[in-house]
Amino acid sequence: MFESLSDKLEEALKRIRGQAKITEENVTEALTEVRRALLDADVNFNVVKKFIDDVKEKSLGIEVKGNLLPGQLMIKLIHDELVALMGTSKADIAQAPQAPTIVMVAGLQGSGKTTFCAKLAFSLKKKGRQPLLVACDIYRPAAIDQLRTLGQSMSLPVFSKDGAKPLEIANEALQYAKKFGRDIVIVDTAGRLTIDEEMMQEVADLKDSLKPHEILFVCDAMTGQDAVNTAKAFDDRLSVTGVVLTKLDGDTRGGAALSIRAVTGKPIKYVGIGEKVDALEPFFPERIASRILGMGDILTLVEKAQQQIDEKDAEKLEEKLRKNQFTFEDFLEQLRMIKKMGSLRDLLGMLPGMDKALRGVQIDEKAFARVEAMVLSMTKEERSQPKLLNGSRRKRIAAGSGTSVQDVNRLIKQFEDMQKMMKNMTKGKMASMFGGQTPQFPTSSRRP
Amino acid sequence: MGLFDKIKKTFDRLSEGLTKTRDTFVSKLRAVLFAGRKIDAALLAEIEEILITSDVGVSTSEKLIERLKVRVRDEKLEDASVITEILKQEIQALLATSPSAANDATFGIDAANKPHVIMVIGVNGVGKTTTIGKLAHNYKAAGKKVLIGAADTFRAAANEQLEVWASRAGVDIIQQQQGADPAAVAYDTLKAAVSRGVDVVIIDTAGRLHNKQGLMQELEKIGRVMKKIKADVPNDIFLVLDATTGQNALQQAREFTKVAPITGLILTKLDGTAKGGAVLAIADALSMPVRYIGVGEKIDDLQVFSPSTFVEALFEERATVHESAS
Repeated sequence: MFESLSDKLEEALKRIRGQAKITEENVTEALTEVRRALLDADVNFNVVKKFIDDVKEKSLGIEVKGNLLPGQLMIKLIHDELVALMGTSKADIAQAPQAPTIVMVAGLQGSGKTTFCAKLAFSLKKKGRQPLLVACDIYRPAAIDQLRTLGQSMSLPVFSKDGAKPLEIANEALQYAKKFGRDIVIVDTAGRLTIDEEMMQEVADLKDSLKPHEILFVCDAMTGQDAVNTAKAFDDRLSVTGVVLTKLDGDTRGGAALSIRAVTGKPIKYVGIGEKVDALEPFFPERIASRILGMGDILTLVEKAQQQIDEKDAEKLEEKLRKNQFTFEDFLEQLRMIKKMGSLRDLLGMLPGMDKALRGVQIDEKAFARVEAMVLSMTKEERSQPKLLNGSRRKRIAAGSGTSVQDVNRLIKQFEDMQKMMKNMTKGKMASMFGGQTPQFPTSSRRP
Repeated sequence: MGLFDKIKKTFDRLSEGLTKTRDTFVSKLRAVLFAGRKIDAALLAEIEEILITSDVGVSTSEKLIERLKVRVRDEKLEDASVITEILKQEIQALLATSPSAANDATFGIDAANKPHVIMVIGVNGVGKTTTIGKLAHNYKAAGKKVLIGAADTFRAAANEQLEVWASRAGVDIIQQQQGADPAAVAYDTLKAAVSRGVDVVIIDTAGRLHNKQGLMQELEKIGRVMKKIKADVPNDIFLVLDATTGQNALQQAREFTKVAPITGLILTKLDGTAKGGAVLAIADALSMPVRYIGVGEKIDDLQVFSPSTFVEALFEERATVHESAS
């Protein structure tokens, strides 16, 4: 969706090529591009300002050596700085010395508090804990029903009390938890504006009474410049212990993460990546840094792949790729693996440069089924030797899979493109992409 | 109540709703613009900062600054205090006006073409359901017979939430169980509307992120299916935008309009500290008009958007800024 920052940086830093060092003069234009990229990603204006000053200072005098491009050096520097600012990954919930542990969740309206509460409960349940959800949003119509429905879907208890105030509900819920052995209590609160004094007082009172071990501020990842004000206001009032970034499955670049981190200094603990209860992930600073810079989210993809792909299978595939023996049989296997990993668009979007490539491209998830049908309609020989696929064979495959010859043609074309792409990728580039010291950027693949 | 009183009331309430926006904006401008100051690069940079921190976005801010520069040069302006006036004009020129702006204010419809079908779309958590409650209330108050279609069949308790709003507004609602096909709900609603002689149909849809292809196609299908009953529906497609949203708002407008041609924006949560400047970026890139603004959680916290009133309210205190500064 965005022109990649690395493209722009390469352009801006062209003049440095052949020069030995990054200097004040040659870096200014590049930093203008970085500033713009960060602002486009919704990083707060003042945070950007300070960041650029810091990067500038650090970049001066860096030697351009080896076959690294100045743009790559800059990206690496900026990326590292961003990661450092973002803090470490800390997806843990503080544990009370004596059960139950109390977690309170707060934030603006529509940031995704209720959904997050359910996700947190679900992930704790999977770890063998006994969560109790507490519905303290007595204002939004049907907020309590929403939490109840979610609780029901996970077979988890939800505590609510009609006509009671949040303080009363929470305190009774605590008694309930103690009585019924729930070891962690998750308190959902109503969304509130920071300038609504009455409501801010309510949640502050709730905090004073409950003394939660964990107070999580939930923030929509699409939030703009106002993220700093909101985060600061909630933190001032509640001394939050951590931040949750929601709706990160969208295409926002999530600059709010950096802003919130900069003004509160509190760790971002979780990110929400979907509407289902299992769509919760720990926060990884490297990933959000890449994302803010528009570099894709290669690490998430690698991890997802690791979860799904058997080591041996992967080795076999790599071997095949090296020898350029990738066949339709493998293609089918890959398809099935990808299907296990989730939505195709999400997966592709995580690859550097792909975001841009996918702009405006319609991805039909049902196409999987059609492709599968087509490949299954091929004979074993055809699958391993795609060259055999002449006109009459293609016709037969179309008839066998209930598709058209055009569909079959397209598939074969795509397969050939994929083969080419893989050939390129294996030319020494895969290794450095996954394990190397230097990040690989989409621009580099276009170089001869 | 006379027409004039009505207009005045609307204006006052919009101003009230925009107080936050204006306060921050004006207090910043106050700091920037003191009389006698010359227009220079530093001043323009400060104005750019004000725009960017209001979520207007880099490109649109740059464009506005560029126009300011041109006018400063062409009109040979020297004193910084005239800059707000020009900025005001430029922002207003940027904001698109809807062809049905007159109907928006009175919650009127084309009586010869009933039912008037409104589809409300947007990402998760922007305030679609609340906005629908408010719209229904206003149409009802304007003497229209309203029917709501609960086509958010996905989110837990979405039906219950909408039910509460429908009963607050005193209008009927058509719903099915959770997990039902949203297009079928929309179809049923429209069919019922036709047979009951309803004036306004409002279709709620589930929140969806605009990069989810399947969900976007579902939205397209809802529109397509309703056309089987009445060819020109939906007559309005409102994209609800959260004022706290940053530059992603532009992306939302771009993607949603591909599957459901947007006829207007509704900017919600303007009663908070966010400025909603992203609508300027959207107006700049896509010429989409803002139709209504949401300024609270109560049923009457919906205001008609008018570009001139919006900008006027934004700069209302300029005169005092000028006075107190000189």
